[in-house]
Amino acid sequence: MCGIVGLFLKDKSLEPKLGEMLSDMLIIMTDRGPDSAGIAIYGATTAGKAKVTLQSAEPKLDFNGLADDLAEAGIYAEILIKDTHAVVELDADKLSQVRALLAEIRPSVRVMGSGDSVEIYKETGLPRDVVARFGVRAMGGTHGIGHTRMATESAVTTLGAHPFSTGADQCLVHNGSLSNHNNLRRELVREGMTFETQNDSEVAAAYLTAEMAKGKNLGEALTSALDDLDGFFTFVVGTKSGFGVVRDPIACKPAVMAETDQFVAFGSEYRALVNLPGIENARVWEPEPATVYFWDHEKAA
Amino acid sequence: MPVFDLSSTPLRELNSALHALSKGANDTAFEVVNPRGSHAVAVGIDSPVVVDIKGSVGYYCAGMNDGGTVTVHGSAGPGVAENMMSGTVVIEGDASQYAGATGNGGLLVIKGNAASRCGISMKGIDIVVYGNIGHMSAFMGQSGHLVVLGDAGDALGDSLYEAKLFVRGSVKSLGTDCIEKEMRPEHLEKLAELLEKAGVTDVKPEEFKRYGSARKLYNFNIDNADAY
Repeated sequence: MCGIVGLFLKDKSLEPKLGEMLSDMLIIMTDRGPDSAGIAIYGATTAGKAKVTLQSAEPKLDFNGLADDLAEAGIYAEILIKDTHAVVELDADKLSQVRALLAEIRPSVRVMGSGDSVEIYKETGLPRDVVARFGVRAMGGTHGIGHTRMATESAVTTLGAHPFSTGADQCLVHNGSLSNHNNLRRELVREGMTFETQNDSEVAAAYLTAEMAKGKNLGEALTSALDDLDGFFTFVVGTKSGFGVVRDPIACKPAVMAETDQFVAFGSEYRALVNLPGIENARVWEPEPATVYFWDHEKAA
Repeated sequence: MPVFDLSSTPLRELNSALHALSKGANDTAFEVVNPRGSHAVAVGIDSPVVVDIKGSVGYYCAGMNDGGTVTVHGSAGPGVAENMMSGTVVIEGDASQYAGATGNGGLLVIKGNAASRCGISMKGIDIVVYGNIGHMSAFMGQSGHLVVLGDAGDALGDSLYEAKLFVRGSVKSLGTDCIEKEMRPEHLEKLAELLEKAGVTDVKPEEFKRYGSARKLYNFNIDNADAY
């Protein structure tokens, strides 16, 4: 099992409540997987700025003096520490430089994700505790996805938790298990992708990143995934402005969606959706097998 | 009439009350409000009680029902009426995957659509779906009837035994060893009876096609190895 949720807001007045809504959805899904939990939230963007979410097993040691050490190398950043994670905001053109520098000066720090707007928080433990540790409830944003894990394909560790982010502002959560991930990982490594774990879902995320790097949009990349990924999956995927869902052709991993004028929501079960505003009158449906669904703020606007 | 509000009452209280009913009990109608997608609502009923559930339910609602009449005024999650023995289960909305799985008897009516694997391994249950059904429905169905007023998805009746399938709309594809069969008078008669029981008034049995087993995979035959 595993529980996944996603929320894509159409009504701007709900944006300040995104973290709260998404947290409640995820907590209801706790009994689908108690091993670890994570959330990716797409918040406000600042022109010319980018964000990197970092994680450390020893945050006191790693994050102490980090701003100064970066400044010494000419990277001026604002650092917001949240428990084991830190969000580093910096000039967008310094993004690749900061990743290289961090690998050198803070080798034990892991990059959870980066981009213009995404922040990713994940840890082992229950969703309730994970969202509290990172203050997710107080966060606003346009869209977000969450995951609570029952591990099958790799160890219960922070890095094995979802969401997986393998490209700027991209992230993926997965319910299921892939059977051709080792082969696919080797092919993606040959194409230049790098991997942090032996996890199957990370391969799916990297696959989509690689496909989108070839010029496909999210919908097209998800369509290709249906041909190239073997196994069980329900994926919910976020990009800077978009939100997508796809299930494998067998479709034994559950999925329910709801749409109103205010939002599009995804839950592994209907239970996850029952507290959303106006759910009584929402269009509620199960996504069809082997069918790609995606929504995009930029296209909608 | 006992009313159970699942937003404030533990599910187990509802199910225990249903299981505690003895023969000739006075409380024969229960209402359940705020189910909010709960799992296992009204499972294991073994008396002719009437249960009305006002809202949508999660996994395994009315599972193992033996004689009860359960109506879900909403949609149902996976495995609704799984292994029903007798009685009636009505879903006013849609049903998720494997509705009526392994059912031995009784009637399951789904007024919306049913997802994949509807009636998988059915063993005598009758299922009537007003809308469409998903892929792999009636997989390995042994007996009983599956009536679909809309369309059927891929691989209908794969590895079918003696369950009888009636589809009014299109069938995306038939599963291995499932074939279209002649509609004989006894089938039309049975279909009319099932439609009436399920409250369908504006549809004629003649509008359906019948599908059943070609009976080539009953026993393992090395010459059929490719079909397994």
